[in-house]
Amino acid sequence: MIEDRPLIYKYLRHDKKFPHVWCGGCGIGILQGSLIRAIDHIGYTKDEVVLVSGIGCSGRLPVYVDFNTLHTTHGRALTFATGVKLAKPELHVIVIMGDGDATAIGGNHFIHAARRNLDLTAIIVNNSIYGMTGGQYSPTTPYGQRATTAIYGSVEHSFNISQLAVCAGAIFVARGTVYHVRQLDGLIEKALLKGGFSVVEVISQCHTHYGRLNKLGNQIEMMKWQRDSAVPVEKARQMSPEEMKNKFEVGILVDREAPNYLEEYDKVRQKAKEALSLQVESKEEKEESDRREVLDRH
Amino acid sequence: MNNLKKPDPKAMLMQGNEALAEGGLVAGCRFFAGYPITPASEIAERLSYRLPQMDGTFIQMEDEIASMGAVIGASLAGVKSMTATSGPGFSLMQENLGFACIAEVPCVVVNVMRGGPSTGLPTNPSQGDVMQARWGTHGDHPIICLCPSSVLECFSLTVKAFNFSEKYRTPVILLMDEVVAHMREKVVLPESNQVEVIDRVKPSVPPEWYLPYEDTSFGVPAMGIFGEGYRYHVTGLVHDIRGFPTLRQDEIEPFLLRLFRKISTHFDDIQIVESFLTEDADWVIVAYGSVARSAHRAMVEARAQGIKVGLMKLITLWPFPRRFVEPLSRAGKVLLVPEMNMGQISREVKRVNQGMTPVITLNKIDGTLITPKEILEKIREEKK
Repeated sequence: MIEDRPLIYKYLRHDKKFPHVWCGGCGIGILQGSLIRAIDHIGYTKDEVVLVSGIGCSGRLPVYVDFNTLHTTHGRALTFATGVKLAKPELHVIVIMGDGDATAIGGNHFIHAARRNLDLTAIIVNNSIYGMTGGQYSPTTPYGQRATTAIYGSVEHSFNISQLAVCAGAIFVARGTVYHVRQLDGLIEKALLKGGFSVVEVISQCHTHYGRLNKLGNQIEMMKWQRDSAVPVEKARQMSPEEMKNKFEVGILVDREAPNYLEEYDKVRQKAKEALSLQVESKEEKEESDRREVLDRH
Repeated sequence: MNNLKKPDPKAMLMQGNEALAEGGLVAGCRFFAGYPITPASEIAERLSYRLPQMDGTFIQMEDEIASMGAVIGASLAGVKSMTATSGPGFSLMQENLGFACIAEVPCVVVNVMRGGPSTGLPTNPSQGDVMQARWGTHGDHPIICLCPSSVLECFSLTVKAFNFSEKYRTPVILLMDEVVAHMREKVVLPESNQVEVIDRVKPSVPPEWYLPYEDTSFGVPAMGIFGEGYRYHVTGLVHDIRGFPTLRQDEIEPFLLRLFRKISTHFDDIQIVESFLTEDADWVIVAYGSVARSAHRAMVEARAQGIKVGLMKLITLWPFPRRFVEPLSRAGKVLLVPEMNMGQISREVKRVNQGMTPVITLNKIDGTLITPKEILEKIREEKK
């Protein structure tokens, strides 16, 4: 806490009316700390960071931090971020989303952003429920679990966000939890430094809704569950599917190289300019020959 | 030696959609995000070819929702941006169009209208999205909507749309019908140095003094650009002058009223019409888009037959140019409103007319354009 104090002064917006909107014990604040530490450690200036969010509890995060911040419509954060990054490639664009935001209403944008491989960092806070609207089931609510719109238990099967990102083509995918906060700092830092579309899924707790409806206890017990269920990627590879049941991997799931969209689009610009210069040359030639033709007629 | 007489080298045979794209480039547009849809695709096609030549960016997004989001993002990062679509895509854009209204992000949205509702008539002409352009996104909001009726206007009104959007920090909708978009005409486009281009006002105060949504005498706050040192919060929530979400009554209403005021105090700049022979006319046709062209022809033919007909061509549809239409009613002129919908602008005309004179409607929704003959027949029929 003491080592974080200079960061609090440097990065939080003190003119914003604190306290924040989140419930006491929410994981988003822990993620916010991790994000700030990662940015500070890399040494980005505040002016070159753009923080984009959607709607929901996670959507409120940018209000409190002193970057260029953009709080967009529900599920659309990645589309706004795409515009910002393409218009000003020198900016570091970070997108904060929730599980419903990123994989329900914004699911299409999510897979296409991953496919496109534009240099964005998507951080997805996965608390398995819609928190801000009062605890409705989300695409990551596990089968059979309760929500205010699934009071008899959800009959839908849940998304594995990280797997989805890997399949859609994200070149860096990591999963962390708000319990393993030092690891999370490192994962976010690596994701930020990756030159392409990177995803960090952050397992968090919503004790107010998910924990209460499913009798999982308070925030401390839910964080203990994170501690006990998280298995490092290397260890998980040696475990059988039975052993991995009700557990999840944490760490870097995928870290691969692929040309990013900006590099590719620069090639397009290059080709377009070559075509243009050819066009201008042929136009000049034509004008010249037209002139000669007219002179010949005289 | 007649064959020596060469045509004006600057004259071009151009389509409405192409002229629109060129207008955007001259106005300084360097970002386009869109999704394929007939009859607007030519705009995207031309810009995908032209923008990278000028260090601009073209991107085809996964849908129209994403296109509108990307356009807003690029504009916030300081690049003039636009998108183009037709009815079904315009419906999808309404969500983020509202965001551009409340966060005051300049951008231009082109809607080449086709018959609706839903997938409707791909792709027959229609003017069915006039009210959607005004009220499509939820909540009370002002909007500017321009409507070209010729290929040259596709060019000039796109420049105007960008200028309005930058000057008033608002999305501007360019509403075209399929006829104007696909029509080819001979045009002589002005050189880029002959065109007035307006850019957004950026803050000049030190960053720590900057209030991103401060009221000004003009009604439009200076716009900070991401990455230029003015770090502020942009949100779709109702916000205070610092940009932060607010629920305070004394902040909500002044903010929303300013949004309206920044447009309503500049009606004389924004509202544009063209009048033809309205002075001595007994009948005035109020028309817009391709229908205005038919109306012009009908006017000429009616005059030849001794019927005193005039034409008021609406270029600005929203805010509705009341100050031009009302004097016609006061002068006792009969108004005829032909349009390719069930009466979206005629309702506005009636509201302004307030029963002072008859307002005759001519509506056509069969997917074909309104011909001069149909307008002329309507006048003759009503005259009896």
